[in-house]
Amino acid sequence: MSAFNAIGDDREIDRNEFTPGLEPQPTWCPGCGDFGVLKALKQALPEVGLTPEEVLTVTGIGCSGKLNSYLDTYGFHTIHGRSLPVARAAKLANDGLEVIAAGGDGDGYGIGGNHFMHTARENHDMTYIVFNNEVFGLTKGQTSPTSPKGHTSKTTPHGNAKSPIRPLSLALTSGATYIARTAAVNPNQAKEIIKEAIEHDGFAHIDFLTQCPTWNKDARQYVPYVDVQESDDYDFDVHDRQEAQEMMFETENALYEGTVLTGRYFVDERPSYQQQKKELGEMPEEPLAERYFDEDAEWERSYDLLERHK
Amino acid sequence: MSDHELIWRVAGGSGDGIDSTSQNFAKALMRSGLDVFTHRHYPSRIRGGHTYVEIRAAGHDVQSRGDGYNFLLALGDSFARNPQEEAYYGNEELKPLSENLDELREGGIIVYDSGLLSEDDIAELNLEERAEENDWHVFPIDLRAMAKEHGREVMRNTAGVGVTAALLEMDLSHIEDLMTDAMPEKILEPNLEILHDAYEMVQEDYEFEHDLRIPTGDHDEEQALLSGSNAIAYGALDSGCRFIAGYPMTPWTDVFTIMSQHLPDMGGISEQVEDEIAAAALAVGASHAGAKAMSGSSGGGFALMSEPLGLAEMTETPIVLLESMRAGPSTGMPTKPEQGDLEFTLYTSQGDSARVVFAPGTIAEAYEQTRLAFHIAYEYQIPTIIMYDQKLSGENSNIPVSFLDREPDPSLGSTLTEAELAEMPHDASGKFHRFQHDVENGVSPRSLPGQKDGRFLATGNEHTPEGHISEDADNRVAQMDRRIEKLDAIRRELDEEHESNQTYVGDESADFGIITWGSAQGAVVEATERLNDQGHSVKAVGVSDMMPFPEAELTEFIESVDQAMVVEMNATAQFRGLIQKELGRYGEKLTSLLKYNGNPFEPAEIVEGYELNVEGSDAEPTAQVRIEPAAGD
Repeated sequence: MSAFNAIGDDREIDRNEFTPGLEPQPTWCPGCGDFGVLKALKQALPEVGLTPEEVLTVTGIGCSGKLNSYLDTYGFHTIHGRSLPVARAAKLANDGLEVIAAGGDGDGYGIGGNHFMHTARENHDMTYIVFNNEVFGLTKGQTSPTSPKGHTSKTTPHGNAKSPIRPLSLALTSGATYIARTAAVNPNQAKEIIKEAIEHDGFAHIDFLTQCPTWNKDARQYVPYVDVQESDDYDFDVHDRQEAQEMMFETENALYEGTVLTGRYFVDERPSYQQQKKELGEMPEEPLAERYFDEDAEWERSYDLLERHK
Repeated sequence: MSDHELIWRVAGGSGDGIDSTSQNFAKALMRSGLDVFTHRHYPSRIRGGHTYVEIRAAGHDVQSRGDGYNFLLALGDSFARNPQEEAYYGNEELKPLSENLDELREGGIIVYDSGLLSEDDIAELNLEERAEENDWHVFPIDLRAMAKEHGREVMRNTAGVGVTAALLEMDLSHIEDLMTDAMPEKILEPNLEILHDAYEMVQEDYEFEHDLRIPTGDHDEEQALLSGSNAIAYGALDSGCRFIAGYPMTPWTDVFTIMSQHLPDMGGISEQVEDEIAAAALAVGASHAGAKAMSGSSGGGFALMSEPLGLAEMTETPIVLLESMRAGPSTGMPTKPEQGDLEFTLYTSQGDSARVVFAPGTIAEAYEQTRLAFHIAYEYQIPTIIMYDQKLSGENSNIPVSFLDREPDPSLGSTLTEAELAEMPHDASGKFHRFQHDVENGVSPRSLPGQKDGRFLATGNEHTPEGHISEDADNRVAQMDRRIEKLDAIRRELDEEHESNQTYVGDESADFGIITWGSAQGAVVEATERLNDQGHSVKAVGVSDMMPFPEAELTEFIESVDQAMVVEMNATAQFRGLIQKELGRYGEKLTSLLKYNGNPFEPAEIVEGYELNVEGSDAEPTAQVRIEPAAGD
């Protein structure tokens, strides 16, 4: 009998199960885009048949980091920029878990940028949602890696001299195998994209546009949006790396010119890291964590390695 | 005579195969019934650059590198033939001979490869004159030509071993056996040939006027030759550790690679990742999800781990970290040992942080305390750190095979099963009360993601018993008190249920004490025995528990002596500072003997430190050590 019986539970799930009972109400500002991510997740998770106990959400620091305080799954609220290394190890130790990492643009593209590149490169089987509102929120409005050039804030009083990071292109170049952008103002698309990302075997990156009504004064900064899959103006093959790349480039330019393009940009079937590691004999077939509860498990001893030392 | 010993130093260039040659030779000596201890000295370079390995072998217990040495095999540096390098490094080719003469004992033997050195080089060294003064026995032998004759120049090593065995009148059988096991057939034959040719040539062509012969000894039971890194890795494997994440950095890399070699075949996972922040964070993530996990690094890399270390403390996620010290600050001397990271390791990370730190002093302690580190980490949900250094990491000594014949420990400690979780308190929405205030020993048992009835939020922010982020004052005090209470509980367990981690030598009634920690222990133990043989009254303690500190044991020790000298490998007397901080007194009773030149203590240096201390001489120590007087002096 498994030590993790919640995993693989295929009963009917009500979305209310993901809403905590007597717990703190979100501390996010009224009108914050983060509510949109929370809502989309609560809808998506039961629809893909997941129970709260088989999901592990791992978050970083910032307004986004509080996501799992308001979402009733197993959760790990880590430290600034470090959600991905914690999340991918949890998945390696028990790949029966559905692991969803989340963080903000400062957290994920700034301080955690190196981890983003490497987690995408390795194609860990997990979903990564970056709440992109183009500012540091919780520390009160400083310029972030996605803030537009010229953005003025307390840390850039004369305007931001840096060009913003290109998250979609960066994910593609790094090796992510599912890349999408959605927006809190578009809950139906957001839910569908989250569902696809969870079901994707590999590293799924969602650049989630979340308007910040407090520090980016225009609370409607991501309206109106265009869904590139629904619009006749855009035609590209999400399985074609080059076409996807060109579309991403256009999307990233357009955002700062006032046109918000969203949708799926790239889907690739490259095997996940976990799968490749198993094929190479570098990872056990059964979840490593199960073994500690298995009374019949055989534990090799260093005593049997001593021949070479005698 | 009982103190008869061989200290064989083989010197050459990095990449010349000094390491493998000496490893085999050390095993041959062990198989012939001797106790062995090896010491590695190497530069931070891949190929070329002066390196040596010392093997000390005797019919009695050996715990340190000893003082100086009595047999030099100088192989020359075959990678040093680039004239350009002389501008920076001097004459590298000569270094294996020239750099090693100062510590060669009177009556010692020198074998050097005359094929690599010109007569001018030798003349420059005044070798003949110095040999006469010191009664050295010098054997210039063209090992290079001999090796070329048999095929490959790299076989100079084997020729050197053959010469050594002949000069010591040592039987070749163990060496042959080991070569047969280690070498593929194609290269075995020429190597065996050159071994015998060299042996016979020396027997036939040279007269032995030296006294040094192979010591004799006998083991009661089968022995294994293990490095400190081996012992730590094996301790981890036997603790059920099946997950390691790391980033290469000397000297931590040794443990990382040993673990990585074995884990896949043992159903485990090894991850080489982008940096040390990630490495320690992976250990946290894996442990959170239910694996026994470890990570580690050396000084500079460990600095990056301070964030995930704090996260593990606050979320009460068990992890084991290694801190394999090298000389700092910054990247310092990458291949040289120092005990300079004590304060850094004890206090790394922000806030009132609680972690457990062990500093084993020997190979056997390294194994034992690694097992203890896993037990404590998982039972108390606290990060534990094993501090050691480049010395303990790279040195080899023999331990009885039976020492490792014990049961594995795959227990996840205070982790609940689903059946147990069902009985635990939950709130209305079904969340498990993960971080309860009022529990025995400060430990509130945990659940793992994927378990039924165990749902909770782990957060690096301060949190309530239910896991919610909270800045409530009363809750803060209760949670902080509980986390810190663990250290007292661990101290009680260490004192009551385990044999002391501290090592004591000398007569209890002795009136002078020597206190040391970690890898300096071997030299201190030996120096203490020597001082007592000379009629002094000295006892010593090697301390391994850095946090929680063994207050009662150390108080008793210091109270029982008139004066004590703290011996450690750093410039700022960090351990003496810790003792005074923990015990709150004894400033006037403690002096320090410090060494920080990149080489470990030799017993004679400690003997000299004792004499200068007790006899109160103003003389400067002859060795590169420093005496730091007691507070107020």
